[in-house]
Parts: sequence; structure tokens; C-alpha cells
Amino acid sequence: MKQKRFDLAGFAGRYKLPLLLVLLAALAAVPFLGLSSYVVRVFCMVFTYSILTISLNFVTGYLGATSMGHASLYCVGAYVGALAATRAGCNIWVSLVLAVLVGCLAGGLLGVCTIKLSGSYMTVTTLAFAQVVTMVAKNWTSVTNGTLGIKDIPKARLLGAELTVRNGGMYFVGLGLLILCLLFSSMVIRSKYGRAFIAVRDDELGARMMGLKTRNYRLLGTVISGALAGLAGCYYAYLTGYIDPVTFSFDISMTILTMAILGGLASLPGSIAGAAILTVFPELLRSLDVYRYLFFGFILVIMMRLRPQGILGSVKAARYTLPKGVLRPAAAMEQGKEGT
Amino acid sequence: MALLDVRQITKTFGGLVAVDNLTFHVDEKQIVSIIGPNGAGKTTTFNMITGAYRLDGGEIYFDGQPIHTKSSQQIVKAGIARTFQNIRLFKSMRVIENVLIGCHIHTSYGFFDAVFRTPRFREAERRAHQRCVEILESLDLAQYMDEDAKNLPYGLQRKIEIARAIATDAKLLILDEPAAGMNPQESEALMDFIFSLRDAGYTILLIEHDMSLVMNISDYIYVCEFGKLIAEGTPDQVASDPRVIEAYLGKGGAYE
Amino acid sequence: MLSQQIFNGLILGCIYALLAVGYSLVFGILRLLNMSHGAVYTAGAFMGLLGASYLHMGAVPTILFAMLLTGAVNVCINRAVLQPLREQGAANITMLISVTGVSYIIQNTLMLVFGSQKLPFPKVFDFGSFRVGGVLVTSIQVMIVLVTVVLLGALGLITKHTRTGLAMRCISQNPKASNMVGIDVRWIISFTFIVSGICAAIAGYMVSGYYQLVYFTMGTTAGLKAFAAAVLGGIGILSGSVVGGILIGLCEALATVVFGGEYSEATAYVILFLVLLIKPSGLFGKDDVDEKV
Repeated sequence: MKQKRFDLAGFAGRYKLPLLLVLLAALAAVPFLGLSSYVVRVFCMVFTYSILTISLNFVTGYLGATSMGHASLYCVGAYVGALAATRAGCNIWVSLVLAVLVGCLAGGLLGVCTIKLSGSYMTVTTLAFAQVVTMVAKNWTSVTNGTLGIKDIPKARLLGAELTVRNGGMYFVGLGLLILCLLFSSMVIRSKYGRAFIAVRDDELGARMMGLKTRNYRLLGTVISGALAGLAGCYYAYLTGYIDPVTFSFDISMTILTMAILGGLASLPGSIAGAAILTVFPELLRSLDVYRYLFFGFILVIMMRLRPQGILGSVKAARYTLPKGVLRPAAAMEQGKEGT
Repeated sequence: MALLDVRQITKTFGGLVAVDNLTFHVDEKQIVSIIGPNGAGKTTTFNMITGAYRLDGGEIYFDGQPIHTKSSQQIVKAGIARTFQNIRLFKSMRVIENVLIGCHIHTSYGFFDAVFRTPRFREAERRAHQRCVEILESLDLAQYMDEDAKNLPYGLQRKIEIARAIATDAKLLILDEPAAGMNPQESEALMDFIFSLRDAGYTILLIEHDMSLVMNISDYIYVCEFGKLIAEGTPDQVASDPRVIEAYLGKGGAYE
Repeated sequence: MLSQQIFNGLILGCIYALLAVGYSLVFGILRLLNMSHGAVYTAGAFMGLLGASYLHMGAVPTILFAMLLTGAVNVCINRAVLQPLREQGAANITMLISVTGVSYIIQNTLMLVFGSQKLPFPKVFDFGSFRVGGVLVTSIQVMIVLVTVVLLGALGLITKHTRTGLAMRCISQNPKASNMVGIDVRWIISFTFIVSGICAAIAGYMVSGYYQLVYFTMGTTAGLKAFAAAVLGGIGILSGSVVGGILIGLCEALATVVFGGEYSEATAYVILFLVLLIKPSGLFGKDDVDEKV
């Protein structure tokens, strides 16, 4: 017999609207609390990493292919954003759109390269892809300015006003992008596309035998992933005003992967939780700078031992939500009420 | 005309001929079984019909159309759905989601319909869910719809695989050892279940080792050994065929 | 000039091969990408430094000392981190993240103990150098080739011709069944980790002696490249890893000549990319022609 447990997803489902409103109001108030711009910047990084983690989840969480090179797609987005701003004089909104489009292409390229591969071979190819992207960023000096990176990326503007971390403008841009990304992702996940992704993850051959064009779905997953990572990258470029190839190292890829797993794979709230914890925690440890990554390592090891499914990984509502207009069968009425 | 017409199909793995010039057909609304000792090439035959394996020779026609050149996706669309010997449900998905995957090929809306929740999306999703709920109800599985597939007992998982196959709107259901691992009561229940499927208009092709089940439900039986057809006929004909007895009991067995 | 580069590439390839074998050994038996291997290699180099510079031991005792300690570190990783996870029946990705955590722990412990600056490593096996047809060969290079050949040869013999090797191959096929027929699975896995640790220690010691430098991040790039080499050859297949390692070493040296040093860094990955595009399971990996249904 299973124990009666607190049905977190069910609870969140029941009070969805008020909970969301409270959360949004709280988040909207943050820049007005008189926090230092350092703290606001940490929030902005949480938004960036949340988008990245959601983006990674399309490949790793939903499609089940462990990626150790996600920083490559992030890198592509950042460079596209930075170049659009410095070379073509685009504003942030145009840059974001461009970054998403090029991100789609980059994700598609990665998808095409890995379409035949599975398991460890897929993983190592993502790693190789990232290393090649870094090499291009380092050496294609005429475009990327090499290891020096791209400096002086202009500030984002909206209706003539400068958006900065200090005035909270970048905070709201980041929050807005994250919300957009969440809405988009949950629409995709709660459709036949999301179901197909998970079916491919659970049993690719089985999915094929049920008539699914599994390769198309794998490709779609990487394209979405590329688009979202591109978005995050472009936002990051505008946030910091400076990017260089070192910013998008293997460590960042692993950090994003760790965030996804820590929060719980294939969970959107989990993505945010994972990103928030692993962004804020190292900042808190900044005073213990040299011990930072040591702690980081211990957290990973201990976490995997105690809760390998991640913080929100196993949270699932007891009941499946049928679409409007479909009556729940009488036999299934009792199901889920007792938290079974 | 036969619903499924398999003509002289052959499959080799390296030097091993797994299926050798096999010819058989399945008529509409019948229950047809393929039996034979282990390694007779039965599952390989199923894999060729469903497009998992390419043919090394021969042809397969379904409803008058050649299907041996088509992909598994096209074959499912044409109306053939299968279950697997070693259950292949999507383990982390709920029962209803598994059945929805069966409906997948008939759920037609585009990516943008999904993202913007267009009326087209809502209608297609509503219809797919409605259909899945109906299938589950008709198979007496509705009370399990919220469960994750991996948490259910074996017998139920087999039934859910059949539900998922039905959801593809298949005309022909191919069942690979549906009674494997079931106790006598369970396989008896399964027998009634398969009868009810036939009565509902499905054509059924099955592989089974449980002889009492096969003999009781089949309209027609094909017997294979080493990839070749050695006998065919109604259950009574097959049961008394000396070649069949020999294949099952060995040479001496026929005379004892 | 070119022949010198090719020779240097071969030396580099030997090192990659030694490291790649470490990945392959563990992957072969556990199906795990052991991301901590690069850090273990760094640990091997630092243990060498500890023996040679701090304890003033001779070359051979130093190597033995480094092998012993590094092997022990690897066994600890297995016993303390991976074994409990295996017994919980943890998913592969869980183990992957765990060993990544371990690599952070090892690297940063080394940094805390030895500092983050690059440290000089004493010259080892310095018996001068000689020329073979215009190629300058130093004694350490000779040592690297010799050690690699001997070690890999020994490994080949162990896996092919001993009971332990047979047990290793059994476990890689089916751990549960191996346990049932009486193979001490725990011990064999530990043994595998010891061997892979020893390979890493030797590689670490040789590289440090070769470049006369050690630093705490030295394992990151080398580890990833060796990893690429292992996959290139078909991960889990020892001979494949050796070929992959040497191939990558050679190509890297050639790429330095042709494209310049900046691009050579990514050679390993470009090759890997191309090979996997054509042959999705690596050079020597078996492709499943028809998947099992």
C-alpha cells in the first residue's frame, strides 16, 4: 500500500490561478524592493538559466538524450544577438527574433548530426558539437573577434528608454521571456507533440511501430531546444554587454544539465527550481570562493544519492486532466481522490 | 479476397534462414494463429509484416495493396497494429496517454495549432481523448486510465497494449504471444476477450504457445518449423497432422 | 619538420590511448561515461608530483606510488559513490551526474592542496636524446611509447586470456547472470576501476614529465579528448580506444601543421563527428543491423 502523500501537483492544479497571481505579483515587485543591482542581476541570471534548462529539457528530459554540449546553442544565440546589435545595429527585439531563428538552425544542425545516434554516442556528439562551436567562436576572428570577445553591446531600449539591470528593465525583459518560454513549452508538452516526445524517450522502436515518425520528433525537439537556448543567449548578451568564447565552456553545459536533473527531468517547474538553486547557491558561497566548486561537487553527489529523480521530478497529479467536453468515465471517478 | 496475403516471404540473418518462402493468408473477421516451436520464425514474420524488418524476398499484400515496401508508419496507417512479445508500453506514461499514442496518427493538427491552442487543436484533442476513453471503457480498463503503465500487473499491461493497437483504427490486430506469463484463469479471460474483439469486427492474427488457447479460439492455424510452413488447417486438422505432432514432440512422439 | 610533427603526434596519441582505455574499461563493464576520469588523471599527475618533488622519491617508486594512490582513489569513487547507486538501481544519467560531481570534488581538492598555479614537474627518465633520420627523439618519448605498448599489451592479455578478463567480459554482457553463475561482480568492477586508475596515473605521470608542468585543470581538455578517442574507436572496445587515441594524436599534430595551433584543439571532435556521421557506433563498434523487436 502506498502512503497517503501530499499531492503537490493536485494542490497546485486546484489553486492554479490565485497561486500564479500571487507569484507574479511577488516577482513583479522584486525590482522595487530597493535591492542592490547585484541581487537583481542574480535574478536575471536565474531567468536566463531557467530558459536554458527548459530548453535542455526538450532534448534530455522529454526525448531522453543526455546532452553535454548545450552551451553551444546558448553560445550561438549570444553571438547572434551580440553581432546583430554591434554590426547591424538591431535593437534587442529584432536581435531576439534573429537569435531564435539562428538557434533553430543550430539546433536543427545538431539534430541532423545526432539523428542516427543513441545513448552515449549521442551524448559525446553533443559534446563534440560544443567544442567545435567554441573553436569557431575563438578562431573566426573577423566575425567573432576571437578570444577577445565582443564588447560594448548596446543597452536594450524600449520606447526610447534604456533598459538596465539598475532600473529593472532587464529584469522585466528576462521575466517576460521566461513566461513566454514557459507558456510555449507547456502548450507543446500538453499536446500530441509532448506525448510523442515522451513515447520516443520511453521506447523509440515501440513508438515507431505505433506509426510515429520518431526521427521527425527528435529533430523537432532539438530545433525547439535550439530556439529557446538562442533566446537565452541573446538575452544574456544584452544583459552583460560583453561575451567571449570562455563564457560558453563545457562547465556551463554541465551546469545546465545538472540544473535540469537537480530540478527534475521533464518538469517545467523543476527546471526553474534547478536553475534558481544552482544560480543562487554559488552566489551565496561567493565569500568562500575557493570552496565553491568543491561544495558544488558534493551537492551533486549527495543529491543523486538521496533524490536522483530531482526535486520536482516525481511530482505528477493523481489524475489525468481530460480536455473540456470529454466526460470522465464513471469507473475512473474514484481514482485519484484518495491519492492512490 | 484475403485481408492479409503473405506470398513467399524470406528473411535471412547472416547465414541463417529465419523465414523461408512462407506463404499464408488471413481472411477478414477471422482468428488465425501461427504456431511452431521456438525459433520457427514466427516473430520474424510479424516483424516483416509490420515493417520492422525488410524482406529478403516475397511480397505482402494488405487489403489488396502491397505493404512490404512501406515504412512501419505507413503500415500502421494502412490498418495493421500489433502488440509485442515482451510488452512495449511507454512505461512512464499513463494508461490513457499510451492509448492516445495509438490515436496519434489520426490526431491531425499542426505545431502552431498546438502552440496557439486553435479550435482545430481543441477539436482534434477532444475527439482523440473521447475515442480513447471509449476504447478503455469498452475493454473494461477505464478505472486504470490515470495509472502509469509500469505500475500495472502483467495481464493488464497486455490488455492495454491491445487497447493501444485498437486506437490506431486497425483492421488487423497482430498479437505476439498474448497469453505469455498468464495463469490459466487469466488466459481463459483473454480468450473471451479475443472472441469479443473478433465479434466487434477485428481480424486477428496471433502467435501463441498456449495450445489449449490456440486450439479453442483459432478459425485457422498455420504451423511453422525452421521458417517453413509444415501444416495448415482448422484446429482439428492440425491437431491430428502427424508432421505437427512430430515437430512438437519429436520423431518418436508421433508413435507413442 | 613534418616527420617530427608526426612523431610528436604519435607520442600524444599514446597518451590519449592510455586515457581512452580507462574510459573504455569502465564503459565496457558498467555502460557508464566516467566523467571523473579526467580528474583522476590529474590526480595521478599530482601524486607523481607529490612523490617526486615533495617526497624526493626516484622515478620508479614515484610511478608505483602514483599508481597505488590513484588506483585507490578510483576504487573509492566506485565503492563510495557508484556502488550504492548501482544497488539502488539508479538510472545511467544519475551516475553520470554523480561522477561529474566527483570530478569537481577531485579537481578542487587538488587545487586547495596544491594551489591553482601551474607547478613545475621534475624531469623524468632523462638519458639525453638522439636523432633518427631528422626526428629528434627524447628519452621520455621513448619511455612513453614503451610504457604504452607494455601496458596495453598486458591489458589485452588480461582481458583475453585470464579468468578475471573472462569475468569482465561476462559482466559487460549481463551483470545479473554473471552474479548468478558465481562471478564476484563487485570485485571485478573494483578491479576494473583499479586498472583504469593505474592507466590514468601512468598517463598523468608521463604527461607531466613530458611537459614538466602540472596544474589542476590539466585533466579537463585531455580527458574530453580521450573520451572522444574512446567513442571514436567504439566505446567499450579496448583495441578501438587505442586506435582512436593514436588516430586523434596524429591528426591533431597534422592539423597543427596544416591549419595552425588554434584549430588543432578541435581536431579530435571534428574527426569524431565525421566518423559517427558515417558509422554511428564508432570505428570498431558493432552496428545492430536490425533492432530487436
